[in-house]
Amino acid sequence: MDWLAQHLLTLIIFLPTVGAGVILLLREAQRGLIRRVALGTSLVTFVLSYFIFKGFEAGDAFQYVEQVPWIPNFGISYQVGIDGISLLLVMLTTFITPITILSAFNAVRQRVKGFMVALLVMETAMLGVFAALDIFLFYIFWEAMLIPMYFIIGVWGGENRLYASIKFVLFTMLGSLLMLVAIFALYSQGNAQLEYYTTSYLELTTLKLSPMTQTWMFLAFALSFAIKVPLFPFHTWLPDAHVEAPTPGSVILAAILLKMGGYGFLRYCLPLFPEAAVRFTPLIVVLAVVGIIYGALMAMVQPDMKKLVAYSSVSHLGFVVLGIFALSLQSVSGGIIQMVNHGLSTGALFLLVGMIYERTHTRQIADYGGLAGLMPRYAAVFLIVTLASIGLPGLNGFVGEFLIIVGSFNTQPVAAIVAVVGVILSAIYLLWLVHRVFFGQPAVALSGIGETGKGPKLPDLTSREWAVMLPVLGMVIILGVYPQPFLKRIEPSVTTLVNTYWQATAPAGIDQADVEIIDENKGNK
Amino acid sequence: MAETLYLITLFPLLGFLINGLAGRWLSEKQSGYIASLAVLGSFLVSAQLLLAFLALPAEERLLTQTLFSWIPVGDLNIQVGYRFDPLSAVMALVVSGVGLLIHIYSIGYMQGDPGVRRYFSFLNLFTFMMLNLVLADNLVLMFLGWEGVGLCSYLLIGFWFEDEAKARAGMKAFIVNRIGDAGFIVALILLYHQFGTLSISEIAQAAPGAQIGRGFFTATTLLMFLGAVGKSAQIPLYVWLPDAMAGPTPVSALIHAATMVTAGVYLIARNSVLFSLAPATMSIVAVIGIITAFFAATIAITQNDIKKVLAYSTISQLGYMFTAVGVGAFSAGIFHLMTHAFFKGLLFLGAGSVIHGLKGEQDLRSMGGLKEQLPTTHWTMLVGVMAIAGIPGLSGFFSKDEILWAAFSRHEGFSWLWLAGIVTAGITAFYMFRLFFRTFYGKAAWQEAGYQPHESPSVMTIPLVLLAFLSILGGYVGIPAALGGVNQFHHFLEPVLAVYPGVGAAAVQHPSQGLELLLMGVSTVVVLGGIYYAYRVYVQQPTLADDLAQRMGLLHRLSFNKYFVDEAYHLLIVRPFQALAEGLWKWFDIQVVDGAVNGSGHAIARISGAIRRIQSGLIQHYASIILLGVIFILIYLYID
Repeated sequence: MDWLAQHLLTLIIFLPTVGAGVILLLREAQRGLIRRVALGTSLVTFVLSYFIFKGFEAGDAFQYVEQVPWIPNFGISYQVGIDGISLLLVMLTTFITPITILSAFNAVRQRVKGFMVALLVMETAMLGVFAALDIFLFYIFWEAMLIPMYFIIGVWGGENRLYASIKFVLFTMLGSLLMLVAIFALYSQGNAQLEYYTTSYLELTTLKLSPMTQTWMFLAFALSFAIKVPLFPFHTWLPDAHVEAPTPGSVILAAILLKMGGYGFLRYCLPLFPEAAVRFTPLIVVLAVVGIIYGALMAMVQPDMKKLVAYSSVSHLGFVVLGIFALSLQSVSGGIIQMVNHGLSTGALFLLVGMIYERTHTRQIADYGGLAGLMPRYAAVFLIVTLASIGLPGLNGFVGEFLIIVGSFNTQPVAAIVAVVGVILSAIYLLWLVHRVFFGQPAVALSGIGETGKGPKLPDLTSREWAVMLPVLGMVIILGVYPQPFLKRIEPSVTTLVNTYWQATAPAGIDQADVEIIDENKGNK
Repeated sequence: MAETLYLITLFPLLGFLINGLAGRWLSEKQSGYIASLAVLGSFLVSAQLLLAFLALPAEERLLTQTLFSWIPVGDLNIQVGYRFDPLSAVMALVVSGVGLLIHIYSIGYMQGDPGVRRYFSFLNLFTFMMLNLVLADNLVLMFLGWEGVGLCSYLLIGFWFEDEAKARAGMKAFIVNRIGDAGFIVALILLYHQFGTLSISEIAQAAPGAQIGRGFFTATTLLMFLGAVGKSAQIPLYVWLPDAMAGPTPVSALIHAATMVTAGVYLIARNSVLFSLAPATMSIVAVIGIITAFFAATIAITQNDIKKVLAYSTISQLGYMFTAVGVGAFSAGIFHLMTHAFFKGLLFLGAGSVIHGLKGEQDLRSMGGLKEQLPTTHWTMLVGVMAIAGIPGLSGFFSKDEILWAAFSRHEGFSWLWLAGIVTAGITAFYMFRLFFRTFYGKAAWQEAGYQPHESPSVMTIPLVLLAFLSILGGYVGIPAALGGVNQFHHFLEPVLAVYPGVGAAAVQHPSQGLELLLMGVSTVVVLGGIYYAYRVYVQQPTLADDLAQRMGLLHRLSFNKYFVDEAYHLLIVRPFQALAEGLWKWFDIQVVDGAVNGSGHAIARISGAIRRIQSGLIQHYASIILLGVIFILIYLYID
């Protein structure tokens, strides 16, 4: 039992890959078994991660840390651990993956084996990114995510999947190669200052880097993360990737992959290069706010549901980046919660779009109308998710948006107020979507009897679809009404992050007491 | 005592959940009973607490209950906590009391509608949200209620969503409200930034003594007022309310007349301390209020849809309430809010009864002469129109005249606010009696259309009768001193409302009850004149109306077409906005941003295509390039 407790995190990270290995031993024809193994593995992973959540003690130190030398000559080790920030994202990953796998039961009917293997390997890579405490290990996981995602879009995608998958890979590679260069530079800086080679995150964060070095390294890291988020104007890969990806791919992409950007900013850009971060904060905040408004405007005029949701992500993730770079306790907490919220509600929106696409084979909004009369329960679920996304108080989206806006005002007052405009716009594009799809008389092509001659053409949610949606709905309400358990777990880590940042960037000649005053004024408000 | 506070909101929440989740196993009747019982529960708890209050000395009338921490991060700690004081007590009773009657009425009105369970679950959800709004002890929880009632309004306006236009009206309401809500949110941010708390009472305590410039209070209160303008349908954001009449009529009565739309007035009264510190905002509130009151009244004159008349009349009456709070007469605003809830609720339910009797007909031109067919509806509506017109002795008289007196005394003597208020009162009397006469008197146009009107069942008429009694008696809690009363209502609310310098009797140099009586007399004469004129035009000489319309020409057309405001908004705001987004997408996103991405992709492909030619695979080429290289190196070494 002790052994298990000590290696729980590693177990969680690699259990999905073990499941993938088991699936590889099966034959493609054993679809049912393949699906059950995949679902079972991801569910066990989730249950294990819940123990981590329960056992996580409020505090800013990394917990569940494991360290094993890997390539000792280069100072590289296998080191993982989590703090409050990564805890929530790990939970999000283990929560969304089984839901995604379950949704793939319907959405993916060809090459099931390959798909499930790709999804499970993907989960390992994603968990690895969130848990890695060794920058080399982080990079390995980071790149490892790319491969399954490339196949998920490129093999199981829509008509234009090749263009989309290559665009996705090239965009991401561009960023990550520059990041690799910066990692090497950081590595040699580490050697110069510490006089030994190390890739340990905790040791590298103690380095003192010159402003010039910081600037270049920050840019290299930040570009990579900005593409992932995606921050305006690096967003054009996203709508294409979403439209072409199969439903489960879109869900993973929106719910978890995009969070890598926000997480990267929090874990690497800010603690490693605080002074450079200060310099670039105005630029990034402007891009974030432009993204909020711009993404919303784009979403308003999209004729394709998936594109609409994709552009809405640009808008919502703009809030996240604003929260992170406003660097107050509330805004950063809000940013993290908003990452989780976006994962839930946008993930759910993609699931819902997928469900209706499987019935009608069209995603064009103009082909719909009056769906609420034909599929009332589907409509109700869709509406709840939409409202969560709009930020209606009582549902999850509000908590994040509110914290971001309130928290950002101290440091970025103009940006905070412009962001409020985004709140109006999100109501416009989402309610207009709901209006066109669900209200009015049913579109002729949608009503009537199904092809088999039995039952309506558009049956309401099936029990499997309920099984997919209910957990998400539950979390949408829990996070909206009682986010306290989540907020409490991230608070110490965020406090430390924010304080370190303001201390590191306080002008020279100010002593500790003044720094604390600055904290009070900026950090804690 | 405070421990039972949460029950007020819990009952409707349970009702919502039962009807929403288990509705399909309930019969239509059960669904209505459960919803009504839930609201009855809230009413009884509120009433019991109010009675307990009356026995207490004024300064002890406060109950608070904190349920749990909602959003705690650092020193920001938003709690779910309720505050029951005289102001929220009045609001809770109005919401649950009038709400209860409307729930019961709905059992009859919605009978046979396939969506009745959905209807009752939404109605309970609305009650839950509205009670949160009025009981919240902090502004964020209040905002939850604020947005929640907006959601229910959206859902219930578009209740018959198969009709695209109705669903569109719901969407319009939500979006227009969101514009106001953005103001509310920014106000929250500013307040938190300044005071480090969002508790209503803590802010009210800290604000007066704080060393803060006037500008801060003006900005914050103006932003809050923007929220109020949206929710309470004032100029320039009133355009959603007339469209909101697409919802079932009891919904119009509950949400779009008696309760939700008054939330803006409540917001200002609740934060009266803040508003009192911002005289500039107060003036704007009063001016917007009186302009809206007058403007909406001039539209109501010419509308033919019975519900549209009532909608514009609601906008107009809300304008009165804003005038009241704007001149600092907070309790007068709340008083009118309460009496308005009675008589406007009554009028809407009466209109619903007429519509019900005519199988959905809403056009005044198809009505007339319904007095015999709908006797109860007739006399209860007569009470309603008399109350709203301000006939002495009915509730509307007391509350409206308190507002007019406050407006008059505000500026120490003659005030154009008062004059505009009096004129509007005359117009109001005219158009309300126009509605009444055209419905119940004159030529029975429904005969030609082949309707067979019938009186509504007692489940609908009993609420009408009860509301009629409230419309008469509701005013007697606030009899002014000039008429020998003590205005108990005012004194009940006094402890929780700010005192705005220069309000009411104290403002006038020599407070004269004679003057107040004189003004009451003037307003009564004006009102009676309006009623008489309506009688002449619509009962005595029915042809006169068309003549007048002809003679008024342009004015009539403007009023009839609602001054083309919707069209102007569409042309000046909606269309350019859509064009901007469309243009930005097609030109900027696709051509410029993505063009750059694809362009660099193509450029790389072209460059590598060019470089590729070097790799020709011919040994001779490689050999000669190597030779060239060797020569270069040699030359380099030689020079060096």
